[in-house]
Amino acid sequence: MLPAAIINGLMFGAIYALVALGLTLIYGVLHIINFAHGAMLMLSLYAAFFLFQLANIDPYLSIAIVTPAAFIFGYLIYRYGIGVLSKGKDQNILLITLGLSIIIENSALFFFSGDQQTVSLSYSFEAFDLGFMYLSYPKVISFVAALVICALLWALMSLTDMGRAIRAVAKERQGARLVGINVEHIFAVTFGIGIACLGAAGCMMLPIFYVDPYTGNIFVLVAFTIVVLGGMGSIIGALLGGFIIGITESVGGLLLGESLGQIGISLIFILILIFKPTGLFGSKV
Amino acid sequence: MKNSKFINNTSRRTFLGGAAASVALTSGLATPWIAQAAGNVKIGLIHPATGWAAYPAAQLRYGAQMAIADINAAGGIKSMGGAKLEALLGDSQTKPEIGAAEVEKMNEAGVHALQGCYQSAVGLAASAAAAKYNIPFSVDVGVSDKLVQRGLGNVFRMADGYGRIARDAATNLGEINARAGSPAKSVVIVHEESEFGTGTAKLMTNALKEHNLEVIDTIKHANPTRNFDNIALRIKSAKPDIVMPINYPGEYVLLAKTLRQQRVDFMASYSVLGGGFNFKFVDDLPQIAENMIDVNHWYNPNSASGQAMRKRTEADGKYFTFEVYCAYMSILFLADGFERAGTTDKDAVNAALAASTLEVDFMPYDKTKMVDGQNMGSRAVAIQAQKGDVQIIAPSAYASADAVFPRS
Amino acid sequence: MSALGKNMMLLLAGAVLLMVAPAFIVSKFYIDVLTLIFFTAYLGQSWNILGGYAGQFSFGGVMFFGTGAYASSILLTTFGVPPIIGIVVAIFAGALLGFIVGFMSFRSGLKGSYFALITLAFAELLRVLANSVEFTGGGVGLFLKYAPGLSNLQFETPTGFYYFALLLLFISIAIALWLERSRFGAQLVAIRENEDAAEALGINTLRCKIYAIMIMGAMGGAAGTFYAQKYLYLDPPIAYSIHLSVEMLLVTIVGGMGTVFGPLIGAFVLHVVNEIARHFIDTPGLSLIVYGFILIIIISYLPNGLIGMFKKKLKQTDASALDKLKSDQGDGNA
Repeated sequence: MLPAAIINGLMFGAIYALVALGLTLIYGVLHIINFAHGAMLMLSLYAAFFLFQLANIDPYLSIAIVTPAAFIFGYLIYRYGIGVLSKGKDQNILLITLGLSIIIENSALFFFSGDQQTVSLSYSFEAFDLGFMYLSYPKVISFVAALVICALLWALMSLTDMGRAIRAVAKERQGARLVGINVEHIFAVTFGIGIACLGAAGCMMLPIFYVDPYTGNIFVLVAFTIVVLGGMGSIIGALLGGFIIGITESVGGLLLGESLGQIGISLIFILILIFKPTGLFGSKV
Repeated sequence: MKNSKFINNTSRRTFLGGAAASVALTSGLATPWIAQAAGNVKIGLIHPATGWAAYPAAQLRYGAQMAIADINAAGGIKSMGGAKLEALLGDSQTKPEIGAAEVEKMNEAGVHALQGCYQSAVGLAASAAAAKYNIPFSVDVGVSDKLVQRGLGNVFRMADGYGRIARDAATNLGEINARAGSPAKSVVIVHEESEFGTGTAKLMTNALKEHNLEVIDTIKHANPTRNFDNIALRIKSAKPDIVMPINYPGEYVLLAKTLRQQRVDFMASYSVLGGGFNFKFVDDLPQIAENMIDVNHWYNPNSASGQAMRKRTEADGKYFTFEVYCAYMSILFLADGFERAGTTDKDAVNAALAASTLEVDFMPYDKTKMVDGQNMGSRAVAIQAQKGDVQIIAPSAYASADAVFPRS
Repeated sequence: MSALGKNMMLLLAGAVLLMVAPAFIVSKFYIDVLTLIFFTAYLGQSWNILGGYAGQFSFGGVMFFGTGAYASSILLTTFGVPPIIGIVVAIFAGALLGFIVGFMSFRSGLKGSYFALITLAFAELLRVLANSVEFTGGGVGLFLKYAPGLSNLQFETPTGFYYFALLLLFISIAIALWLERSRFGAQLVAIRENEDAAEALGINTLRCKIYAIMIMGAMGGAAGTFYAQKYLYLDPPIAYSIHLSVEMLLVTIVGGMGTVFGPLIGAFVLHVVNEIARHFIDTPGLSLIVYGFILIIIISYLPNGLIGMFKKKLKQTDASALDKLKSDQGDGNA
C-alpha cells in the first residue's frame, strides 16, 4: 500500500504544483495574495469542458487554446482591473480579488448552472499496470505535462529578457522603474503568466476531476500550503512542495484515515511557517 | 435563466424582502409590505439557490413550481373558494443563519406554509424558527432524522430520512442477494464524514447483519476528497463482495471512476443515497454507471403520472432527479392539508397535515401516515443503471426490471 | 474638550436609540437582520483590533468563534453546564487559543501575509480535528436543545437575541473606544505604522501583539456561544467556515480599518446591499454578481473604507459620523 500511496501522491502533487505555480509567481513578483485563484481555476476547467463538449477537442489538446486565452484574460484583468482599481494598496488588492471571485463564481452559476460536469475520454480507463496498482493514462499525461510546464516556466523566467525583467521588478520595484522597465506592464504580464498556469492546470484536471462553479476552492488551501512550503516566488519550490504535499496527503490518508489524514497539510503549513517561513527554496523568482 | 419559465407563475416581488428592510430603516416607510394578491395561499420555498448546492436547489424549486402551477391550473384550493397557491422564493445561501432569517422574512410576508431546505443543518435551523410561529413546514429533501425527532408539531416530511432508507437499503439488498442464491457475504462501506454519511453507515452496519452480510471495513473520507486512489486500493485489498458508497455527488463520481481505473472487482456497487447516482450520471459516464445500484428516493416508473412528469421535466431540458418529484410531492402534501383544513389557520393546517392520508401515485409509496411528522408510508427503492436507463430492481412489487447481480 | 463631550452625547443617543428600537420595529425580520448585522459587526471589531489597530491581518479569525462555540456547547451537552457559565469558558478558551497562536507565530517573527496564512492554517487544522475527535461529535455535529431562558442564553423571540447581539456590539465598541484612548491602543497603532520604530521606542511589540490577539480570541469565543445558542446546531464546517473569516475582514476593511465604527458601518452597508440585490434579482447568482461589483466599486473609490466618506463629507469625527447614520436609521423605524 505504501508504494502505491507515494506514487499517487506524486501524481496529484504535480497537479497541485501547477495550481500553486501561478499563485507563487504572482505572490513573488506582485506581493499580492490572489483570492480569485480558485475561481480562475474553475473558469479554465469550464473552458476545457466546453471545448470538449461543443468542439470535441481533447482536454489535453485544448491546453494550446486555454493557456494563451488565460494569459490574455489575466493580463487584461490586472492591467485594466485590479491594478487600476486597487491604487496600489495591499488590502484593497485583497478585497478586489475577493470581489472578483464572487463575480466569477456567480457568473459561472448564472451561465453554466450549478450542475456538476465530468468528461469521459476514450482512454479514460486505460492504465499502466504496475502490479500493485494501476496508473491511468490521464493521470500519467497530467503528471508529465505538469513537469513540462514547470520546466518551460523555469526557462521563461531564467533565460528570456522578459524573465529577467520580471525578476528585476520582483527584486527592486523602484530600481526597475528607474532603468526604464514598464513596471505596470511587467506586473500584468506576471499576473497573466500566473493565470496561464491555471489555464493549463484546468485542462489537465478536467479528465481526472469534475467541475462546478465552486470546484476551484477545493484546491486553494492546498495551493497556499505549497507556495509557503516551497518558498513564495520559487518555481522549483512549488514543484517540490507539490510533491511533498501530495505525498503527505496520500500517506497521511493511509496511516490516519482519509478524514484525519487531511491534518498533515495544515500541520506542515504551520510548522514550516514557524520554523522556516521563507520556505524550502526561499529565494525570489 | 432556467427558472425564467416559471417567473410568470410566481410573484417574485409580492413580498418585500431585505430591500424593504433598508428602505424602511432609512426613509421611514410606515408599512413595510406592499399589497399582496388577496386570498392566495403563500408557500415559502427556502433552498440554497446560491452556493455549492445550487444545482439541487434549482431542481427543488423547479419541482415545487411545477406542482404549484398544476394545482392552480386544476382550480386551486377548492375548499377555500379556489384560492391559488403562490410561491415565495428564498435563498439560504447554504447557511443556517440565513435560512432562519428567510423564515422571519417570509413570516412577515404572511406565508402560510414553508418548504425546504435540502441541507439538514439549514433545515434544522429554519424549521425551528418556523416552529416559533407554528408555520407548517414540509421538508422536501433533508435526510437527517433529527429534523422530525424534536417534537415540533409543525414539521413534516413525506420522503424518507436516512434511518428509514438504511432499513430499506438492507432489506432490498437482502432480497436481491437471496434471489441470486446469496453469493454476497461481505461489504465495505465508504462514507463521507458528516452526519449523513456517518449516521447512515452506523445504521447500515447493524441492519446488514440481519441479512447475513458482514461489514468487513468502514472507510470515512473528508469533504471534499480530491483523490480516491488510496481508498480504491484499500477496498481492493479487502476483497469485498459489495462496495457501499454513502457520500455526496462529487465524491461519488470520483470514487466510481477510481474503482474502475484501479480495476477493483466486486459483485455490485450498492450505494445508499448515492449523491451522484441519477440520469445525468448514466448519460455522462455510461460505461461506469452500468449496473451500479443505488437506494434512494425514486419515482414510480410504473405509474402514468410518474412517466408524464418525467417527460415534462425532460422536455424542459432538465434531468428528472429526485429533487423534482420530492418537491412536487411536498407541495401536493401541503395543498392537500389546506384543502382539508379549508383555512390557512396554522393549527388547523398542522392538524390536517398530521392526519394526512394522501396517496401519491407517482411515488412507490403507501398511503401517507404521519407519525411525529415522518411519513411511514414512504419507501426507498433499489435502482440500477441498465443499458443507459435506470430501473427499479427491488422491492419486487415495484420492480421494472430484474437485477443484474452479481454484475458480469 | 467640548467636541469630545458632544461626541459622547451623540454616542449615547445612538446607543439609546438602538436600545429602544425594537419597541418601534414591528417586523421580526428586521430585528433578525439587525441582529445579524450586530453579530457580524462584533466579529468584525474583533478582527479590527488585531488587523485594523495593530496591523496584523488574519485569514483565520473564525477559529476563535468555532472554539468558543464548541467550548460552551460541549460543556452544555456533556456536562450540563448552563451556557451563561459556558460563555465565560468560551471567552477564556478563545483567549487561550489566541495566546497559543499569537505566541507561536509572533515569536517566530511572522508578519504580513505569512501571519495571515498561518491563522488560516490553524483554523483548517482545528476544523479537521473537530471532524475527527469524538468529544466534538465529529462530523455528525452537536445538537443543542431548545430551552429558552437566560441561563441558556436562549430567547423565545428574535428581540431577545437582538439585545444579546446589541450587548456584544456595545462591548466591542467600548473596547475599541478604550483602545483609541489608551496607551495600549497607541502602542498597537505604533506597531502597525512601524514595528521597528515601535520596538526602538521601548514598546514590547511581542507582548502587545499577543494581548491584541487574545482580546480578539476572547471576543470570538463569546460570539461562538451566541451562534450556537441561537441556531442550536454546530458542526465543523459551520464552526470553522472560511466564509466567516473572510466576512470579518470584509466588513472591517469596507467600513474602515482601525476605526471604532468601521466594522459596524461595513456590516450594515454590506448586509443591506446584499439584501437589496437579492430582493430585486432572484435568479441564482445574478444578485451576488451585482454584490461583487458594488464591493469592488466601494473599495476602489473609498480606499479608506466607507467611514472615510463620512469623515470627508461631514468634517466630523468617526463617532459623530456614525451617530448621524444611526439617527437616520432610527427615524426610519419610528
